[in-house]
Amino acid sequence: MTEKPSPGGEEQDVHRLHRLESSASGRKADRYPAGYKSAGLDISTRPDPGAPFGSVAQAGATGRKTATGPARAVRRKRRGWKSRLLGAVGILGFLMIWELMPILGIVNARFMPPASEAIVDLFRNFGLTLFWVAVWDTLKAWLIGMLIAVSAAAILGFIIGSSPFLKKFTNSTIEFMRPVPSVALIPLAVLLLGIGIESALLLIVYACFWQVLIQVLYGVADVDTVAMNTARSYGLGPIARLRYVVFPTALPYLMTGVRLAAAVALILAITAQLIIGSPGLGAEIAKAQSGGAYVSMYSLVLATGILGVLINLVMRVVERQLLSWHTSVRSEVVN
Amino acid sequence: MKILKDLFFIVTLPVLLLVAWVIWSSQSSSFFVPDWGQMTNAFSNVWTWNRIQSDLLPSVGRLFIGIVLSIVIGIIGGLLIGSFRWLRQLLEPTLEFFRAIPPTVLIPVMMLLIGIGDDMKVAVIVLGAVWPILLNTIEGVRSMDEVLSDTSHTYGITGFALVRYLILPSALPQIMAGVRQSLSIALILMVISEMFASSAGLGYLIVQFQRSFAIPEMWSGIVVLGLIGVILSFIFQAVERVLLKWYHGQRELENAA
Repeated sequence: MTEKPSPGGEEQDVHRLHRLESSASGRKADRYPAGYKSAGLDISTRPDPGAPFGSVAQAGATGRKTATGPARAVRRKRRGWKSRLLGAVGILGFLMIWELMPILGIVNARFMPPASEAIVDLFRNFGLTLFWVAVWDTLKAWLIGMLIAVSAAAILGFIIGSSPFLKKFTNSTIEFMRPVPSVALIPLAVLLLGIGIESALLLIVYACFWQVLIQVLYGVADVDTVAMNTARSYGLGPIARLRYVVFPTALPYLMTGVRLAAAVALILAITAQLIIGSPGLGAEIAKAQSGGAYVSMYSLVLATGILGVLINLVMRVVERQLLSWHTSVRSEVVN
Repeated sequence: MKILKDLFFIVTLPVLLLVAWVIWSSQSSSFFVPDWGQMTNAFSNVWTWNRIQSDLLPSVGRLFIGIVLSIVIGIIGGLLIGSFRWLRQLLEPTLEFFRAIPPTVLIPVMMLLIGIGDDMKVAVIVLGAVWPILLNTIEGVRSMDEVLSDTSHTYGITGFALVRYLILPSALPQIMAGVRQSLSIALILMVISEMFASSAGLGYLIVQFQRSFAIPEMWSGIVVLGLIGVILSFIFQAVERVLLKWYHGQRELENAA
């Protein structure tokens, strides 16, 4: 891996340190110069969970930078009720514009029904079994795809990452396979696997695998040599070293990859359902569109958005829980 | 000697995989696995200059327009929203929601609203690809170094000069991270929008081959699509290396210290 992880992320770390230096002297962070690196103990070694530079962009849709560490705590304090109120006003304003556009005749009301109708339809959906079955189908594809991709990528990543030879040997192939868009596999998936959940799984696993693999490779590369040598001199075997040295260092990176992959997996699950027709929310949207049920199409689109927001939130919580021992997360509590 | 060694590491595995495919496909009688002869045939039959002109170039053109529009809109919008705190607080939850919507579900919506022409495809690409750039630009502007911005204020730098010499450069690393994500979303949306409603284009062609069971031709389309992804990523890395040269240099110095 010749690229450096996350330019944005590291830059933010620098800012974070600046801010720390100016705001709170005597804390741990300002004893270290910006960019200080040590065995996953210092803030700046924390990979930014946002968009690590090396990670595939597809991460995309969602790989927004989440500031962690002190910056987030500072921001959260700042973000009082006033900001929440403004945010709510923003959403209301958006819904108002949507409501008014068809009523004023700017767009055809048949093709874009007012927001109120879509929202009412969404709530009606909440009472229907069929809707929840579609949601469950989508989530099932998401979950199984994630499980396969993450476990395969984690295992391969640890194996490849711990051997410099393997890493160099596979580098060109990984760099070449990574940008290949997974939707290119759609026709193949249809031919080989039919229109069931398996096709969706193929797309999800392909896209998420690279995402997580790259992160694990970065994580394993980040292991501190002093810590590793110390472990060696204390006579830790290969498995113990993996468990107590490599794994804790790589875990934050792994979680970053998992969080980015979670969003990608949802996009691909719904895309596969939309295009191939495997059961789920995407297939319902395609049905509603071709059947002319435009109101329900809009309400289903809203539902996918809500699902996306929920998955993002859950992944952030899971990440914080799993990394609660990590300095970057702990320092938030101190603040 | 070092060059030879590097070359060995770069070439060996791809060559091994290629050889494995050639041997396996010549043994296998599977309908879905074309062999070497079939593939080269398909390539020369499918990717003639005419086909490139009628299907490949328009797709790439739409992709290009979509990406450029996303970058322009994302950066300008991000600079605006990032510079005013009330605006950011007002729009942030709404933008978060839009980003969470899987971009492909917007294709049916856009088909209804704009029709199925080129406009729709470009609009879909922009609507999907603009969010990472927009949100990253906002974040980049927000997390600007306070010392630098205070210094600029003291020196009376305002207006265009402020944007050009302070805000843009300091947000650039984040913007580029956003652009990188957008590129692959744009590529996905280009393909999907053509699969949905189209009579030409790369996505249409691949699906057409699949439906008529022209397997080697379908594979050739998949390979071309993959190549576009790879080329796009290489172009991005080259541009990024030029634009962010100062940044990487700075990082190296900081890490060495």
